[in-house]
Amino acid sequence: MNAQASADDLILQVEHLSMKFGGLVAIGDLSFQARRGEITALIGPNGAGKTTVFNCITGFYKPTEGMITLNKRDGSTYLLERLPNHEIPARANVARTFQNIRLFSGMTLLENLLVAQHNKLMKASGYTFLGLFGFPSYRQASAESIDLARHWLEKADLVDRADDPAGDLPYGAQRRLEIARAMCTGPELLCLDEPAAGLNPRESAALNELLMDIKNSTSILLIEHDMSVVMQISDHVVVLEYGRKISDGNPQSVRTDPRVIAAYLGVDDEEVETVLTEVGDEDVIEQLDTGPDAAHGPGNSASMMAGPVSDTVEHADEGERVTVSKGASKAAQVDARSASVAGKPAPVAKKAAKVSTAKAAPKKTAAKAAAAKADSASKGKQAAAKPAAGKRGGRK
Amino acid sequence: MAVTVSPERDVVATPVQRAFREALYAGAIALGLFVLFIGLRTDQNISNELILVRRWGLLALVVVLTAVGRFLYVAYAQPFAASLKVADVATGLLPESMATRFFRLPYFIAAIVIAFALLVLAGSLDGLLGPDLAGYARFLRALAIIYAVASVMFYFRSFIHAHFSALGVSALALYPVIVVLTLALYTGSVAGGFQGSLKWVDNFGIQILIYVMLAWGLNIVIGLAGLLDLGYVAFYAVGAYAYALLGTHFGLSFWILLPAAGCMAAFWGVMLGFPVLRLRGDYLAIVTLAFGEIIRLVLINWREVTNGSARISGIPKVSFFGLMSFNVSDPNYIAKVLNIATSSAYYKIFLYYLILGLCLLTAFVTIRLRRLPVGRAWEALREDEIACRSLGINTTTTKLTAFATGAMFGGFAGSFFAARQGFVSPESFVFLESAIVLAIVVLGGMGSLAGIAVAALVMIGGTEALRELDFLKRVFGPDFTPELYRMLLFGMAMVIVMLWKPRGFVGSREPTAFLKERKTVSGSFTKEGHG
Ligand SMILES: Nc1ncnc2c1ncn2[C@@H]1O[C@H](COP(=O)(O)OP(=O)(O)OP(=O)(O)O)[C@@H](O)[C@H]1O
Ligand SMILES: [Mg+2]
Repeated sequence: MNAQASADDLILQVEHLSMKFGGLVAIGDLSFQARRGEITALIGPNGAGKTTVFNCITGFYKPTEGMITLNKRDGSTYLLERLPNHEIPARANVARTFQNIRLFSGMTLLENLLVAQHNKLMKASGYTFLGLFGFPSYRQASAESIDLARHWLEKADLVDRADDPAGDLPYGAQRRLEIARAMCTGPELLCLDEPAAGLNPRESAALNELLMDIKNSTSILLIEHDMSVVMQISDHVVVLEYGRKISDGNPQSVRTDPRVIAAYLGVDDEEVETVLTEVGDEDVIEQLDTGPDAAHGPGNSASMMAGPVSDTVEHADEGERVTVSKGASKAAQVDARSASVAGKPAPVAKKAAKVSTAKAAPKKTAAKAAAAKADSASKGKQAAAKPAAGKRGGRK
Repeated sequence: MAVTVSPERDVVATPVQRAFREALYAGAIALGLFVLFIGLRTDQNISNELILVRRWGLLALVVVLTAVGRFLYVAYAQPFAASLKVADVATGLLPESMATRFFRLPYFIAAIVIAFALLVLAGSLDGLLGPDLAGYARFLRALAIIYAVASVMFYFRSFIHAHFSALGVSALALYPVIVVLTLALYTGSVAGGFQGSLKWVDNFGIQILIYVMLAWGLNIVIGLAGLLDLGYVAFYAVGAYAYALLGTHFGLSFWILLPAAGCMAAFWGVMLGFPVLRLRGDYLAIVTLAFGEIIRLVLINWREVTNGSARISGIPKVSFFGLMSFNVSDPNYIAKVLNIATSSAYYKIFLYYLILGLCLLTAFVTIRLRRLPVGRAWEALREDEIACRSLGINTTTTKLTAFATGAMFGGFAGSFFAARQGFVSPESFVFLESAIVLAIVVLGGMGSLAGIAVAALVMIGGTEALRELDFLKRVFGPDFTPELYRMLLFGMAMVIVMLWKPRGFVGSREPTAFLKERKTVSGSFTKEGHG
């Protein structure tokens, strides 16, 4: 169904986004899309670059390369990487929360929500001058802003504590308040950075409810480690590892994607080994032979894969420097494994299909997976099988 | 007597033993500290040579006094205080019971009687007691009056707390009237009342209010927006020189130049703001400090315009809204118009009300701005700049408006200062002034107008009052000048207040809006800002 998605269904398109910090590639050529009215989850192991993606979208970082397009409901389009930081919430209506909560702790809950309505109130107060002399238009706008604040306080179940300092709230309530504050800016896209982190199950359930409620009016981009939250509420999941997308699809397909499992749980070394030898793939065996550790015997497969995998990663990225330690990417290991499997059509077709989406995937692998791709596309499977991840494939 | 100090000893030792040991330590520390400060002194002899004067006797005296003081404190004062539970352990504040014990009706009556008796006898004190004792008697009288006033304030403390602003404003508005009336009764003539009021209205009233205004202006930059500005005096200088130059060269009136000076200062606030936008915390403080010094050096060295250290004098007086003048030679001189006796006190009283009006304007604007989006954005900026940007607040313009608004009030105060002095010179705008204003803001509690006003009263009024302690000359000899110890006392007061109330007099914050009830926000939640 993604293939049919028209441009105005998409609220956010991230294309070939790269972010480098010195030599460190925090995000490497990442492309994904978020659809309007959906919750798109961005997951990945620690340090995968999720927060960096958010910082690029919300203008805190200027991406090294790439394009971030936001389509508003009224049809206007913004290139977020070109807007100054504060105009992204103000004009493109993208709001965000932070992984380490950033509230105005010395201000009351109500004040926190009023600060969020700054631009609207600023206009109503005639850039302070009318407000200074107490013009009625400002008084009315101010009353309206308090109503909006009350509305979100009620949604976040915080209205009883409206006049307490934000710093006095328990952790879970602070998280909800931060979301309420972001919502008070009237966003079309809400970016939440690990909203469920540190919440107990009850708070987590309340949060899910809040998010489902927000989803009706606002699209959500969500970073989350808590898989139960991701699986329950998200419509679409993008998985990052070492700054690259390793999987993209609906929650179920992502959950069963071996690359994702590998990224989270690590690859079982023996499994890789057996697959490789069983398949007898020439390319892989050749790579194994030339790899640095191959000479030392097949005992330590993780490092055994190191040479070839890293090589192909660099190759795929047109020579850019990758500081990821060799063999660190578990997904890439699965790639290599799948590459060897791809020769045999039927039993591993599904796995190979996902492989094709990986940016980090070696070109050879992609080519080999082509047949499988067509296969699963015919099955009507979604994004995972779609060639969206291909260099030009991002545009539809 | 070599004793090893072990932890158990502390438990076993009686207060006297412990006190003895601590006294030895204190003496040793005092010796180390003061051996060069007090023990040795460089001086000039008759042939203008530099010589070293040794003052071992004085050094010994100081060291012994320190040791004895420590001994008495540990051995007697501490157990005594503990047995009375004088200080609340949690807050470090004196509990209510202490105050009720201190302020009692009999004491109050005694104080009133003493004050009244000594006031009545004022003229004949010298004759009755001789000059030495008369000095002490006057000091006693001052203490009795202060005690009586404090008792009244303590008795009505809840009322005062509830109506602080209204009471404060009316007290300030009535202050010159009360001073003139009291002195008129005291001297027995209206003219005497006006003449005597000069010192009280000018040295105390106007001086304090200028600092209140400066501190309230700086409060916008530091207390609200959290931008540590150490060069605030630069805007004061800009305002003063704007009025001085335009007033003397073009003969423009104060009422035109006041807004002009404010605008100039605001302009320079933006000028300073631009380069320091990216800086935070310490770096911002250093650059603003440098800015203050640059302005002062320009004032000293740009002689063609500013007349350098030779000052600009002959600055026109403020007129009574153009209707009456305060120049004796003018045809519309106020005494001629109103048919009253000539006195220089009218001008001072007028200036007092002028600065009071300016202060109230500052307070009004600050209170209003806090409830407007721009004021909330300032406070949000102090709390968390990153979060501000994530909410679409343009932090650049927000910072610049804070700088400009704060600077504007500094400019107003500056032009008033020039009008009051009649001359301006760069010496008035040294870094120390910035530091004093900053100290007042910190001491009062950042962001709190009432706290800052009280801090200005205590700090400026206190240091001015030290000039009055002439009787100390009789104690320490005629060389002793109490004024020279002002800064020492200033510093000591700051240390004490900061230990006692780390967030200043008023550490809590009034919320700018509320849904159900207005609760003050405890200072432990608010942030000081990092730039
Ligand atoms: N400002 C920066 N300067 C240098 N390196 C950075 C910067 N911001 C992020 N990084 C690096 O980029 C990589 C990705 O970091 P990021 O915070 O985006 O990870 P994350 O996926 O959000 O991880 P987590 O789940 O722990 O929050 C990390 O290696 C991090 O050290
Ligand atoms: Mg993160």
